[in-house]
Amino acid sequence: MSHSSTMDEAEHSQEGLNGLVKDWSTDKQTYHVPWGKAMMWIFLVSDTFIFSCFLVGYMTVRVSTTDPWPLATEVFALSFFGSDPIPLILIALMTFVLITSSGTMALAVNYGYRRDRKKTVLLMIATAALGATFVGMQAFEWSKLIGYGVRPWGNPWGAPQFGSVFYMVTGFHGLHVSAGVIYLLVVARKVWRGDYEKKGYEIVEITGLYWHFVDLVWVFIFAFFYLL
Amino acid sequence: MAYVPLADQDDAHALHDPQTFVTKYIWSQDHKVIAIQYGGVAIFVGLIALGLSIIMRLQLGFPDTFSFIDPAFYYQAVTMHGMIMVIYLLTALFLGGFGNYLIPLMCGTRDMVFPFLNMLSFWFYLLSVLVLLASFFIPGGPTGAGWTLYAPQSISMGTPGYEGGILFMLISLGIFIVAFTMGGLNYVTTILQARTRGLTLMRLPLSIWGIFTATVLGLFAFPALLVSAIMLGFDLILGTSFFMPAMMELGEQSSYDGGSPILFQHLFWFFGHPEVYIVALPAFGLVSDVISTHARKNIFGYRMMVWAIIAIGGLSFMVWAHHMYVSGMNPYFGFFFATTTLIIAVPTALKVYNWVLTLWQGNIRLNTPMLFAIGFIFTFVHGGLTGLFLGNVIIDIPLADTYFVVAHFHMVMGVSPVLVLFAALYHWYPKVTGRMFNETLGKVHFWCTFLGTYAIYLPMHYLGFLGMPRRYFEMGSTDFVPASAQALNANITLAAIFVAIAQILFFVNVFWSLRNGERASGNPWGATTLEWQTPDTPPKHGNWGEELPSVYRWAYDYSVPGHKQDFIPQNEPGEEYEKTHHTAGGHS
Repeated sequence: MSHSSTMDEAEHSQEGLNGLVKDWSTDKQTYHVPWGKAMMWIFLVSDTFIFSCFLVGYMTVRVSTTDPWPLATEVFALSFFGSDPIPLILIALMTFVLITSSGTMALAVNYGYRRDRKKTVLLMIATAALGATFVGMQAFEWSKLIGYGVRPWGNPWGAPQFGSVFYMVTGFHGLHVSAGVIYLLVVARKVWRGDYEKKGYEIVEITGLYWHFVDLVWVFIFAFFYLL
Repeated sequence: MAYVPLADQDDAHALHDPQTFVTKYIWSQDHKVIAIQYGGVAIFVGLIALGLSIIMRLQLGFPDTFSFIDPAFYYQAVTMHGMIMVIYLLTALFLGGFGNYLIPLMCGTRDMVFPFLNMLSFWFYLLSVLVLLASFFIPGGPTGAGWTLYAPQSISMGTPGYEGGILFMLISLGIFIVAFTMGGLNYVTTILQARTRGLTLMRLPLSIWGIFTATVLGLFAFPALLVSAIMLGFDLILGTSFFMPAMMELGEQSSYDGGSPILFQHLFWFFGHPEVYIVALPAFGLVSDVISTHARKNIFGYRMMVWAIIAIGGLSFMVWAHHMYVSGMNPYFGFFFATTTLIIAVPTALKVYNWVLTLWQGNIRLNTPMLFAIGFIFTFVHGGLTGLFLGNVIIDIPLADTYFVVAHFHMVMGVSPVLVLFAALYHWYPKVTGRMFNETLGKVHFWCTFLGTYAIYLPMHYLGFLGMPRRYFEMGSTDFVPASAQALNANITLAAIFVAIAQILFFVNVFWSLRNGERASGNPWGATTLEWQTPDTPPKHGNWGEELPSVYRWAYDYSVPGHKQDFIPQNEPGEEYEKTHHTAGGHS
């Protein structure tokens, strides 16, 4: 194998940059993927910029504010049946649920390509249900924080930006998850009806791309907002 | 049978032609109709922006004369003029208008890859324009915060439009970004994935390269504006403190605390600088095609032109803080941004040289589109050179708040793209309408516009060196500005009014020629690119009749020696000239 790879490298080095450009700029299609998939990728890169801007904004105000930043371990703790509060337990559960939904989504994509409509639909509905559970848990967390007196313009513990960023970033992400749930259900219904028998089941993978992206964004929000 | 979407369908039988007036012209999914809709709305709001600029000039040229212009109205005019021109006119017309019209035609497809999304894009754009214009009719009027909408000033008491105009502006921008994203995803995907047989990326006309790169920039830059609009909106409605520091308002401590006004500027300019190139790159592309066609010569250094477009696009994300030298920043950052700013001049200068070298020894036809294109080279060099001044921190700081900057950015991203717009509108008018425009009227329009803009902006450089501050409603007793400056200001205003009135010639020409113009043949300029090779003029639904075209050569086979015509259309089979003879445009 190493022999053939050196052959490839030799060919490429002969062609150099021009060879790369040629490969990229073949006629008709630059990427050998369906249009919808290419478009979803481009959209996701664009969406990445949105979340990056949110997170950079969050980091900047966290540095610029003169008030102390509330401790995430204390704010996001939950006690069960009178036990000591366990830090970040709800977030851990939420993260687990969302990552699990990525697993069911990946399975759905696989069964989609195998044209096993029944399993695809069931797995997509499972993914949507996990997503809805995530949003429900987030709503629970919001209601708890609202109960503590956390508002977008202030909170009992310190920097007012804590509440602003929390509601804005988790809200924006929650909207993405909610939209994803609806998107999944719509596509699942169409899969069930057999709308894609002719076109093929790339649409399940495209939906999956969006869903995995939303999960990935959550990992960053989790890391930057809850852990730091 | 495998499923084939509309844009890729080879035979026309499966096309469902829209039948009724409504599906044909209003709820249309045809990219050409959407392009005209985009263009019409953009030009309409552009006229409003033109009117607002005249209001500003009346005040500056003849202070204390017009009682209907109070300071609030003046600032509202400044703000709305800037925002409309940059976003709702130039971005929308270049990408929504020319992008929609030319991408499927130049790429040899039947439509955009997702026509329904494309239609939605226009309707969202229209909605954003309506929301923007609605702010003129609410209590307090539109926002007067300046087009940069800097916080804290834009949402603080005392700024015109603080009561609601700013909110309308933010909502309108949000809707516009949604519209742009839907359209932009379509443009990028169509160019990347749906080109016709034989049309490689390196055979694309430069128009498409410019529109493509600008759209990619838009997809990556508009998110920053969206985020800053959302955060500013929350500061305004919910009382969050993203951008608002603790400060005194009307003698009382405001409820804001600990936000970062500089953050807003960073987010805004992270969008704002690429935005300059979102407007400039399509202009570069379109003007390249106009110049090459009317000089009957291949574009000089095609490959370098493509790489320059890409390099400018990439660099444009690394220069944003040069708008913020006066906000105060670490000198090392200033050094960094000054350096990247000067580096971006290299690919830009390369493009200018290549345009000039394309003209060199060309068989130049000085018709209306070509006049506008050559006019663009003048104004662009002019504005570009003053940009080199302003890219340096120590020169920028004394000049940043003077009319020198106004002159600079109007030359480089106001007048220059607008001249290209006119060049392109005249150039593609025969294809869009099937009629020729009136050449004499077009030439008069050009000379009035071109000389008029110099009469407006050349003196402004001088006023800037005098230290005349920009953004001011009136000068008051400013000792360092001599009284003669006022005479200059009055002259600028007269020139501006003259140029504004001269634009009537354009509209007369467009509407008169629509009915009375000579019928245009399919390819009146003898151009090589695909849109001129359509079976019908104007192209019908589906663009290509029975079969999609095949491309055999690059877009610039003009004046090929030994060929019977002085151009070879891209879809004409045969040896590819560029590959066999390394000419002026060649590469090793």
